[in-house]
Amino acid sequence: MQSSQSFLARPFTERSTQLFLGILFAAMAVVTVLHLAVPEGSALYVSAYTITLLGKYLCYALLAVAVDLVWGYLGILSLGHGAFFALGGYAMGMYLMRQIGDRGVYGNPDLPDFMVFLNWQELPWYWQGFDMAWFAFIMVLLAPGILALVFGFLAFRSRVTGVYLSIITQALTFALMLAFFRNEMGFGGNNGLTDFKDILGFDLRTDATRMGLFLATGVALAIGYVICRIIVTSKLGRVSVACRDAEARTRFLGYRVERVQLFVFAVSAMLAGVAGALYVPQVGIINPSEFSPLFSIEIVVWVALGGRATLYGAVIGALLVNYAKTVFTGVMPDAWLFALGALFVLVTVFLPKGIAGLLPSLKKKPQDDDSTPPSTAKEVTA
Amino acid sequence: MSIMTELGRRDRVFDFLTPTQSPVDVRHGPILYMEDVSVSFDGFKAINNLNLTIDDGELRCIIGPNGAGKTTMMDIITGKTRPNTGSVWFGSRHNLLAMSEPDIATLGIGRKFQKPTVFEALTVFENLELAMAADKRVFPTLTARMTGETRDRIDEVLTMIGLTALRHRDAGILSHGQKQWLEIGMLLMQKPRLLLVDEPVAGMTEQEMERTAELLTSLAGKQSVVVVEHDMGFVRSIARKVTVLHQGSVLAEGTMDQVSNDRKVIEVYLGEGA
Repeated sequence: MQSSQSFLARPFTERSTQLFLGILFAAMAVVTVLHLAVPEGSALYVSAYTITLLGKYLCYALLAVAVDLVWGYLGILSLGHGAFFALGGYAMGMYLMRQIGDRGVYGNPDLPDFMVFLNWQELPWYWQGFDMAWFAFIMVLLAPGILALVFGFLAFRSRVTGVYLSIITQALTFALMLAFFRNEMGFGGNNGLTDFKDILGFDLRTDATRMGLFLATGVALAIGYVICRIIVTSKLGRVSVACRDAEARTRFLGYRVERVQLFVFAVSAMLAGVAGALYVPQVGIINPSEFSPLFSIEIVVWVALGGRATLYGAVIGALLVNYAKTVFTGVMPDAWLFALGALFVLVTVFLPKGIAGLLPSLKKKPQDDDSTPPSTAKEVTA
Repeated sequence: MSIMTELGRRDRVFDFLTPTQSPVDVRHGPILYMEDVSVSFDGFKAINNLNLTIDDGELRCIIGPNGAGKTTMMDIITGKTRPNTGSVWFGSRHNLLAMSEPDIATLGIGRKFQKPTVFEALTVFENLELAMAADKRVFPTLTARMTGETRDRIDEVLTMIGLTALRHRDAGILSHGQKQWLEIGMLLMQKPRLLLVDEPVAGMTEQEMERTAELLTSLAGKQSVVVVEHDMGFVRSIARKVTVLHQGSVLAEGTMDQVSNDRKVIEVYLGEGA
């Protein structure tokens, strides 16, 4: 824990991170092999459809990790993380729209279909540059990051905390949803952005591209997880926990609480943006419903079910709930929300630490790892 | 203070010429010097011509009935309350009345409040680590490494407050007394010159009181300690010198025996309980 190593190397010495990365990469390898090497029709074959579905789950898992970082470790219950997710998604969607070129329904090489439909004559200024992949990918990080910085600066400076902050985040995502519904905004209004053709020159409809996107999402989840672990295992992580539990006391020790909150919140927003960007090419559409407050609340439910302040708990929660959602909505669609509610109540009552609370051996901190051996400690007290 | 008034002064070196982090000057003995300090709230004189001198390395107990001005006095020293008149000096170089609260804290005056607040989800070790004087901006904190020096300092404080065996336990499991010690330890991490401790033994068991007495006595010498306390038994067990406050000024000063035989003191304070 209190290691003298570089802050970047610290997560890799943790058993929980090693285990997490091991399981994640092993699962990705198994899925890849089952898709490529097993003949179609075999019981073990993993179809491209399933792979895209798994890729979608992994996006949600990354999003859940981002929410757990601010909720679990900083005590900020964000009910608006869907906004950052959707912004990242829109940035990616705009790039994919520009990649369509003249293959759209109207065959206009300069304007996306919906703009032709609205009789727009030229590309709005904020669409400029999105035909270049590098620019779009930077915007995937910048758009949510800057929104988080501006929003966080205003909120944390005024010391808005607790339930008030949650309500404001909720209002933020709701306001963005209403804005993006408007056709005049130039983001496709109600229908959003869709009908994508290819990404970085690869055809989105081929199995190989889907496979690639799935693997990219897995790697993004691994990187995002490690980034969060780097923050959490650093002294800054302990200061975050201190802010969460006793904000005034932390300030009294000389830490600038609002800056700590701003930094962690912005990192979390950018991770959510990346999750959104990887989500869009896999589901093939981004529309304002991703901004809906309900979705943001659902993310919080995943984290609560999986277990707060563990990060891997958030991943478990996101995967389980979304798998259950897929199964349930297939079998009896009307019952899903009831099932989710029941699950939430049961876990809150019987497993206050979530599903991750069932895995105590992982949570155990390595004690006295590289500090003085226990014998010395005893001598001192004796 | 504006530059012009600064330049017009002849009594000492201009403020902007003295280094801000200059060491506390205790060559003349006292670390804290309060002279003719008065403060009133809506006409009520909470502190009335208070004169108090604390020597470097001294352990001083301050007693007095409720409303005697003990807390207000601490507020003045830490910069929370500004007196109407009087002067307060830290060593013979730093005028506390011209300094802000955080500056006074960095200069080396630590204050422990009555109710202990520690970070319960963090271990004892981590609590001390966060309290350590260090660069507390975001990025240096993110990249901070645990150095041998830091670890030694933490170990040193852990030994002082007697929590070495519990160093890797969460602070949340500590008893009330242990939390008080941990908080004193967190103050010690900042290497204060003067420690202000407000009612340290309230709510403690007999044994914990004894340990606290030992701790505070052991701190004296290395740093000056001012203890405000109600519990007379406790004061008797640690005090070499006691100051009795009454209605905002010093009523008596001396050893516990001298003070407890003082007629005025018996009248206003000890008389009540004894």
